[in-house]
Amino acid sequence: MTEHRQVVVIGSGPAGLTAAIYTARANLAPTILEGEPSSTSDQPGGQLMLTTEVENFPGFPDGITGPELMTNLRAQAARFGADLRTVKASKVDFSTRPFRIWVGDPDAAPTYEADAVIVATGARALMLGLEAEERLLGHGLSTCATCDGFFFRDQDICVVGGGDSAVEEATFLTRFARSVTIIHRRDTLRASKIMQDRALANEKIRFLWNHVVEDILGEQRVEGVRVRNTLTDEVSEHAFGGIFVAIGHRPATDLFAGQLELKDNGYVVTHAPSSRTSVDGVFACGDVQDDHYRQAITAAGSGCTAAIDAERWLEAQGH
Amino acid sequence: MADGIVQLTEATFSEEVGASELPVVVDFWAEWCGPCKMIAPILDELSTEQADKLRIAKVNVDEQPGLARQFDVMSIPTLIVFQDGRAAHRIVGAKGKAQLLEELATFI
Repeated sequence: MTEHRQVVVIGSGPAGLTAAIYTARANLAPTILEGEPSSTSDQPGGQLMLTTEVENFPGFPDGITGPELMTNLRAQAARFGADLRTVKASKVDFSTRPFRIWVGDPDAAPTYEADAVIVATGARALMLGLEAEERLLGHGLSTCATCDGFFFRDQDICVVGGGDSAVEEATFLTRFARSVTIIHRRDTLRASKIMQDRALANEKIRFLWNHVVEDILGEQRVEGVRVRNTLTDEVSEHAFGGIFVAIGHRPATDLFAGQLELKDNGYVVTHAPSSRTSVDGVFACGDVQDDHYRQAITAAGSGCTAAIDAERWLEAQGH
Repeated sequence: MADGIVQLTEATFSEEVGASELPVVVDFWAEWCGPCKMIAPILDELSTEQADKLRIAKVNVDEQPGLARQFDVMSIPTLIVFQDGRAAHRIVGAKGKAQLLEELATFI
């Protein structure tokens, strides 16, 4: 049975849940397709579910953990009647109105019909794309530092990447590991200044600048990495008991290929200053359309924008 | 946590898992692990819905690091399916219910 909704929000990070709070308070009875559990950022709550302390979200002078912040946002959305479903959209059809959305079998009848859709699927973490990753995931290769740091007590481990998440993970992992080596392809970090200063001052953190990982070594479990110096092309091997990959994200827009106009880099095109996409009645917010700021607070802000845009659009349509 | 789910220790492991006639899905988890918490309600549901096909048991890796080491668990959540006392299948990372059922299909 296809269920009709005024608003369906796809995604449940800071953008999706803020859109949920605002549309619920506008009496639009939104349904939120939160996503399904996973050990990557592609899960209900999004990227913040894998972080520790969030220190830059306004309103929390002492910081708050990512999962706690997302639990609060979710409870706030539920309080105003948002209908939260822990399921993942498998297909969308935005070519006719009402828009159609499938959960599960894409050949069955659509699960939902919606007058307006808010796309907030965010971004998912990139992996290195090595064959060894599949073999060694869970055997020393991890996608979740907060989950697995515990298993690397007194070991020498590495984090690949140079952005905020890489530096945050490395700093967190020093609670357990003997040493954490940040392997970065450039000679400077992209992470925020305060995170950099903290990492540079941490005695347990070492740096392997201008190196890229060519392979992860070990058959049964991670034993090390083979890296290449990007300046000299020199290849070397280093022993590590664990490896955490934080080399950035790509927008989760596979679902919308052929449905919404996307930029060359995969992000959803929105028409600033609004959250309107190439399809009238479909709005996008958060990291799925932001290749510039990518912060929890900008995602939340754009979620509010999308909710207000959707509300006004529905009103103008006479819904 | 559903009634049918037992918390395993090194002392009870062989008795609970080794002697079970049904396959036992052992969930290695910890309090600090967000994805572990997210699959907990799914495991609760499975323990009731599949009660005649399999059992669900849990190992808190924080309290039972020896068991985690013994089964080479370096990432949580990890689910290991034991059949006739032997580790027959391993699922690393949190999954949705449909995907979990698919992975467990040969046991149910």
